Amino acid sequence: MTTRLSAQDVTLSYGERVVSTRLSLDVPDGAFTAVVGPNGCGKSTLLRAFVRLLKPGEGTVSLDSRSVSDFPAKALARELAFLPQDPLAPEGITVRQLVARGRYPHQSLLALWTTADEQAVAEAMVTAEVEDFADRPVAELSGGQRQRVWVAMVLAQDTPYLLLDEPTSFLDITHQYRLLALLSRLRDEGRTVIAVLHDINQACRYADHLVAMKDGRIAAEGTAADVVDAALIKDVFDLPSVIVADPVSGTPMVVPE
Amino acid sequence: MQRPDTPRQHTQSQHTQPPDTQPQDTRQTPEAPLLRRTSTVRVPVRGRAWFVERRTIGLVVGCVVAMLGLGFVGLSYGTSWATPGEVFGALTGLEPSVVIAEWRAPRVVAGILFGAALGVAGAIFQNLTRNPMGSPDIIGLDAGAYTGTLLVMTVFAGTSVTVAFGAVAGGLVTAALVYSLSRSNGLSGMRLVVIGIAVNAMVTALNNWLVLRAELEVAMAAVGWNSGSLNGIDWEDLIVPLAVIAVLLVVIGLRASALQQSALGDSIAVSTGVPLERQRLLMVLVGVGCTATVTAVAGPVMFVALAAPQIGRRLARAPGIPLLPAALTGAVLLQLADIIAQMLLAPVSLPVGVVTTAIGGGYLIWLLAQEVRRR
Repeated sequence: MTTRLSAQDVTLSYGERVVSTRLSLDVPDGAFTAVVGPNGCGKSTLLRAFVRLLKPGEGTVSLDSRSVSDFPAKALARELAFLPQDPLAPEGITVRQLVARGRYPHQSLLALWTTADEQAVAEAMVTAEVEDFADRPVAELSGGQRQRVWVAMVLAQDTPYLLLDEPTSFLDITHQYRLLALLSRLRDEGRTVIAVLHDINQACRYADHLVAMKDGRIAAEGTAADVVDAALIKDVFDLPSVIVADPVSGTPMVVPE
Repeated sequence: MQRPDTPRQHTQSQHTQPPDTQPQDTRQTPEAPLLRRTSTVRVPVRGRAWFVERRTIGLVVGCVVAMLGLGFVGLSYGTSWATPGEVFGALTGLEPSVVIAEWRAPRVVAGILFGAALGVAGAIFQNLTRNPMGSPDIIGLDAGAYTGTLLVMTVFAGTSVTVAFGAVAGGLVTAALVYSLSRSNGLSGMRLVVIGIAVNAMVTALNNWLVLRAELEVAMAAVGWNSGSLNGIDWEDLIVPLAVIAVLLVVIGLRASALQQSALGDSIAVSTGVPLERQRLLMVLVGVGCTATVTAVAGPVMFVALAAPQIGRRLARAPGIPLLPAALTGAVLLQLADIIAQMLLAPVSLPVGVVTTAIGGGYLIWLLAQEVRRR
């Protein structure tokens, strides 16, 4: 397992409120890493530290052994793409225009478009299956469509890393699975995917590397088959459960008692 | 689709449906991809390309035509109408006219330039606060710049350059005050707007007091543009503001794409490579700079900064609050308002701010009602 992106002994806090102390995580290259844990356990905070939205009080987040804070803003944005929980769509923006915003880190001062830019936008729209409504205003779309548009935007950023903060929340179950299938397809194409997921069973099914967090620390990490057992679920989620094999994928499935 | 049946179905359905429903449906399908290709224009630049919205080009052309037309009216109108021949003669220098070239022309140029500066300042602050009411005139920055102007005029008896510095300092101090008062658990646009309105009221009261206690001569001059006026502006008043505003517009123009990128929310702005802190500082400086430069010369001209970005955005049908439509709309608005101000109670020339306030006040009421309904 190789690792380009890692956090070493980071202390993360919002003002006075400390979320994590001395947290370390190596993100395996080319894998689908899922971060799970109860609300407020510091999953999103960890993701935000990776993309430099939060500066660690101590420790470093590094890419290729270089601290992410030493990267020029656009250079880091060409490596790590991030989909937050609360992106804003400017009023009146169309799908194509929004996806095109993903090209920002590849463009110069005057925002001149290259053929590569145009291609990346077109490909991202095809991959995320949004080209059918490319010229509609984002505000008119359904929740599932809108989320795919945002995914298309981070895809257009054309980065080796995709970080997504709860990308499946607010989606109906069909769209949740479609999105997860899309993320594993991207992993198959060689991208590294790191997603905060709410549903432990979805995480077990899709993740190559599962990170379970509790109270700002990592309770367990590894493949789902290796780490998920009743004791871990009791420890992390405080939920008594039985672990059975998922009848479709064979991965662990948590059934609450 | 069953082609052969279509005519018969069509005649049958005519009784129940609007007659043109069906032809319209069949027409729309092949046209949709065409429309897509024509909504933007691709301008090739050395192997790269620059995409311009067709509507934006239309707006540029429309606004330039409007500016030329209004400019012509502005040059012709005065105590007596000049003939088009006299105006052209004065412009080309063939038939020199002090009235047209030295009195009316600077006023026309000031209307365009100040309007553009106010429109851009409004667009910057509306982007910054992510609120259509978060414009510098509403949140007290015009009033603050005016305080700086009054202080320099009454206390230090300053020249036009020091007055401009006073205006910028006043604007920045007010911006800092509004920002620090509205900052608690992060920044909310609406909170900033409400606090800005309160600060605006207080600073306006301070301005009135400053005028009252000033020497009679200074007070009379100050009251003259208390509500913003282009009366009596000559070329000499315009040299410094022209240069300053030109520089500010170029600076923010170069950062326009970062400004639009920030509209996607702080998280995406940072993760796509916008240096957010620096960008915000730059935006505040340019926005206050534009507002203060105008205020130092013309006094606080209200509502252009509030309305121009929103009108421009709707005319251009562009996403977010773009700068170019705001600048163009602002220029046309202020020019138009100034002509109305001159004509309304002729021969008395009203301060242009009276007109913008009258029109803009109605707009603000409508906007407030909209905002309240949205909550």
